[in-house]
Amino acid sequence: METKQELTGAQMVMEAFIREGVDTIFGVPGGANLPLYDVLPEYYPRIKHYLVKHEQCAAHAADAYARVSGKAGVCYGTSGPGATNLVTGIANAYMDSIPLVAVTGQVISALIGRDGFQEADIQGITIPITKHSELVRDVNEIPRAMQEAFFIATTGRPGPVLVDIPRDVLQQKGEFYWRDKVELRGYKPFSQADPNEIARAAELIEQSQRPVIISGHGVIISQAFAEIRELAEKAGIPVITTLLGISGFPGTHPLYLGMPGMHGMYWNNLAIAESDLVIGVGMRFDDRVTGRLKDFAPRAKIIHMDIDPAEIGKNVRPAAALLGDVKASLKELNKLVVHKDRTPWFNWLEDMRRKHPSIVIRETDELLPQYVINSIYEATKGDCYVVTGVGQHQMWAAQYFWYDKPNSFVTSGGLGTMGFEVPAAMGAQVAAPNDTVWSICGDGGFMMTMQELATIAEYGWPIKFAIINNNNLGMVRQWQELFYGNNIVATPLKNPDFVKVAEAFHILGLRAERKEEVAAVIDQAMQHPGPVLIDFQVKHDENCYPMVPPGAALHETIDQPAYAQTPARLPAPMEVAAS
Amino acid sequence: MSDGTSGIRPHTIIALVEDRPGVLNRIASKWRQRGFNIESLAVGHSEKPGLSRMTFVVDADTNAEQVVKQLDKLVDVVDIRDISHEDIVAREMALIKIRTDRGSRSQIIDIAELFHADVLDVEPDSIIIEATGDEQKINALVNLLKDYEIIELVRTGRVAMLRGPAVSHPHPEEEDQQYERYPGPHTW
Ligand SMILES: Cc1ncc(C[n+]2csc(CCOP(=O)(O)OP(=O)(O)O)c2C)c(N)n1
Repeated sequence: METKQELTGAQMVMEAFIREGVDTIFGVPGGANLPLYDVLPEYYPRIKHYLVKHEQCAAHAADAYARVSGKAGVCYGTSGPGATNLVTGIANAYMDSIPLVAVTGQVISALIGRDGFQEADIQGITIPITKHSELVRDVNEIPRAMQEAFFIATTGRPGPVLVDIPRDVLQQKGEFYWRDKVELRGYKPFSQADPNEIARAAELIEQSQRPVIISGHGVIISQAFAEIRELAEKAGIPVITTLLGISGFPGTHPLYLGMPGMHGMYWNNLAIAESDLVIGVGMRFDDRVTGRLKDFAPRAKIIHMDIDPAEIGKNVRPAAALLGDVKASLKELNKLVVHKDRTPWFNWLEDMRRKHPSIVIRETDELLPQYVINSIYEATKGDCYVVTGVGQHQMWAAQYFWYDKPNSFVTSGGLGTMGFEVPAAMGAQVAAPNDTVWSICGDGGFMMTMQELATIAEYGWPIKFAIINNNNLGMVRQWQELFYGNNIVATPLKNPDFVKVAEAFHILGLRAERKEEVAAVIDQAMQHPGPVLIDFQVKHDENCYPMVPPGAALHETIDQPAYAQTPARLPAPMEVAAS
Repeated sequence: MSDGTSGIRPHTIIALVEDRPGVLNRIASKWRQRGFNIESLAVGHSEKPGLSRMTFVVDADTNAEQVVKQLDKLVDVVDIRDISHEDIVAREMALIKIRTDRGSRSQIIDIAELFHADVLDVEPDSIIIEATGDEQKINALVNLLKDYEIIELVRTGRVAMLRGPAVSHPHPEEEDQQYERYPGPHTW
């Protein structure tokens, strides 16, 4: 009779991982999840666990791992503080639609609800920031719960799922099973765009004189790289990418216009205001993109393509709504679109780009942050993954770097989580061990998670950290300068010696204080086989432009103060592939 | 009841949900996040095993549609729909405990009869009556009884369904869908 093996709950979790193709876990052990660690050696090296130094970083690392690998990311935390430390990482994954499976140990069943030592109701806490969450009270439910967790996390609009398992349930034995198909009658993420809407969209495109595509994260998630490009080239439409949409469309493509919104290119914001058709693909008309919503794209009809029905009509009323996986929708749409000559529109855009070259690095002896980021681009030519934190450096990394490698920009968009830059670089490097990973860090953000340098040194991940060290919480300082009467409060930083910090963690530390040193340290970092930290001591009070002041409309964008110099990269003249 | 408050109308929303712990919490969390007040909520087993049916009345502006879509995305919500503008029957039940004396008891029983309400319990100095109907009827009854001392009032909140043979939550036959998973490596 005993052909089927009895497994412990912890072994069941592992077996589920194997069936889901999981080979990487980031986590921290503790009393409640110890059974999960106890079985790790049995499954090594099929499943590798990386010990991080704070659970928030386990979640961020798994998040970035998922972005780069295209597989679900997995993180572990113990009950109570271990689980609550995961919360920021889970929220980050939720906002950016990342398939993350967080497995937490819970106090033993008998203690649940009695304020047991290290008890936190993590399922309850994470309800608003997960796609789904479950407390598994019976060992026989573990295979089902795990299978559902991966299914939910990785299908439809991806998102994080939390599975909380009490320690005693992890230790009990039961029979493992695995179903051919997940049955979830309430889960209905699959839809196909209505052919009538597709036809209407094609018609709108044909009628349009001044169309723009705004391509979002959904294009990257569904890997519609070829399809978005086909739409742009075939119909002759310029492409704007949202922050999370960056690297969904080639950065040096003649039809590429860069980012829109709060720190977007001036020409883009004006183009959206002028446009008669906005085609939003796999994006959600976030407030950082739209500016003051009621004045967003006042002359435009909108085509909205997204997989999430709750996004359709949430912020804007589309004239055509293509609900479903954007790759599939684009394929159908591309069959119907025809090329149209829109020379006047391209001339207008061209003119706008010449008159308002939003990306200018002005001539100065000071070391400008934009110069540093542009130098990393020059040194790598974009053949690397770029991970960022949140703030000015993040915006400059979006503006002064051209992403020709698909899905090569890893950033915290929706939640805007400072500290993401360090653990996300770890996840990206684990997912792409043969690629170079550059982490462009804020000095403030770096100090939120820099304990992970110990993890990086331990595993030898050859990440290149570029700290854009302005001795300030730069973006907040900019807001204080511009919108709070220059009342500088709690934004200057008294930083440690980052080179010594690196050395203390057994990592090569380099420094550049002057422009002339930049190229050399970048080169040295790229030659170095291991992890490197470069402290770029940049100008303290450089502001990030263009900027749409909070509450303003896109056409009220403040452009770069006019500098007489040439832009960092003159946009190539727009040309459209012959249809 | 907030009929007539400017811009805000009560919506009647019915949902078919998994009968599992945490479902109510998840649903309530979405309403709370958007600042909608749940005026009443009734839950019980449905005709389908393992599924409960809920009727919500929420004070909401026109944005209720967005929250309904959000709720529909919850894994535990099998189906949900706003039936405020449909042809529905809606009822609620109230239990009302009133202090009585020899003089008032028969008057209260008369009122109850007028409203087709049942008398459930009679004690020397109290009486419990049960009334079923739409909110206006219950409101009218409660109003009349205010002449006496209402010791306790409990109302179930609205339960509702579509008129006629239509099923409120048609259960589409499960088609075999192509499940697009979060994909692997990347190329242009
Ligand atoms: C966890 C967290 N706390 C606070 C903020 C608010 N915030 C946004 S940008 C910023 C400054 C970031 O400073 P730094 O990391 O040095 O980057 P810089 O803007 O200087 O490039 C702050 C504090 C945030 N986004 N995340």
